[in-house]
Amino acid sequence: MKPLQEQLRGLDALIGEAMGGLDAHLQPIPGDVPVIQVSIEGREELPIFVTGSDSQLLCMCYLWAEDELLPGRRTELLETMLDLNPAVPLSAFGRIGERYVLFGALARDARVEDVATEVAVLSDNALDALDAMSEFLK
Amino acid sequence: MSVIKRVMTLLRSSARELGESVVDANATSVYEQEILDAKRSIEQARGDLTGVMAKEMQAARRIEHLKAEIARYEGMAVEALNKSHESLAEEVAGQVGAMEQELAEQSRSHASYAAQVAKLKDLIKTAEARVRDHERELAMAKTTESVYRATRSISESLGSGGSRLVNARESLERIRQRHEDLADRMTAAEALDKELGHRALERKLADAGIGGEADRQRQVMARIRARQLALQGGKAAE
Repeated sequence: MKPLQEQLRGLDALIGEAMGGLDAHLQPIPGDVPVIQVSIEGREELPIFVTGSDSQLLCMCYLWAEDELLPGRRTELLETMLDLNPAVPLSAFGRIGERYVLFGALARDARVEDVATEVAVLSDNALDALDAMSEFLK
Repeated sequence: MSVIKRVMTLLRSSARELGESVVDANATSVYEQEILDAKRSIEQARGDLTGVMAKEMQAARRIEHLKAEIARYEGMAVEALNKSHESLAEEVAGQVGAMEQELAEQSRSHASYAAQVAKLKDLIKTAEARVRDHERELAMAKTTESVYRATRSISESLGSGGSRLVNARESLERIRQRHEDLADRMTAAEALDKELGHRALERKLADAGIGGEADRQRQVMARIRARQLALQGGKAAE
């Protein structure tokens, strides 16, 4: 299995290509699990994180935390997310600890081109989801 | 219990805090070893199965052979009786008896081999299903663990860099604001472009002596001359 950084070589340029020339910046995150942060021009607040486990590559975007939800509208939000899950192209909603995420999973040996497509779609979806679901947030 | 249900229990029990480990690393390696052992014993069982199936086939062949021999010897005993060789017939009967004993033994062995084959096949089937389950569970547990650890690294890294995982509404507002700024700048630039483009054209036309601006001086001059002429004409008439 190739190290993540090696596997993702050239990802920034490919993301730029996929997103009409927007600048993408890659930065490894120190820690005991390989994580690469992808910042996209104009969307720096919504970075995408790519991480690899033994069985898959995960691209994740953190949306909001549990304490940001409007009290009383949580169930509605959860139902909306479940309803949207099959409809949102390539990405799914999830939760890690207290944080809600939008993520896409790829095979562990996915090509860097496929990761670029995934990241571009995920970024668009995340921005869209945040916009659409901000009514549930404080 | 299904794999997903077990992971659910795991998450409920231990993973609510990002700082906590979802899966005990020790347990994971023990688990991995168990999977390896199970796989090895499946291989072993496959080897055994081949051996037992061979023995089963051998026993089946031996049974067929014995049955044929018994029939043949019984025929010969009948023939001996017909020819009044009573003692020879007795001897053949003794031989048939021994063969029947072996046939009974072979039949028992065959049945036992057949039972072993069925047992080994079942064992391999269930062991393989278990290994698949274990592997899936391990993959899920490891992915969960890795995702939690990644999230922890990300929070820490953003925290130490002075920034943090910003509030979603703030993020959205900032991104929106930036998009609006960009849109405004583009509108402004477009307007400016249009205006500049317009003026530039006017100037070019004027330079080429085309249009109202270019003609104005000439028209004014013509008016002045006409007036002067009219004045001179008036004086001459006096």
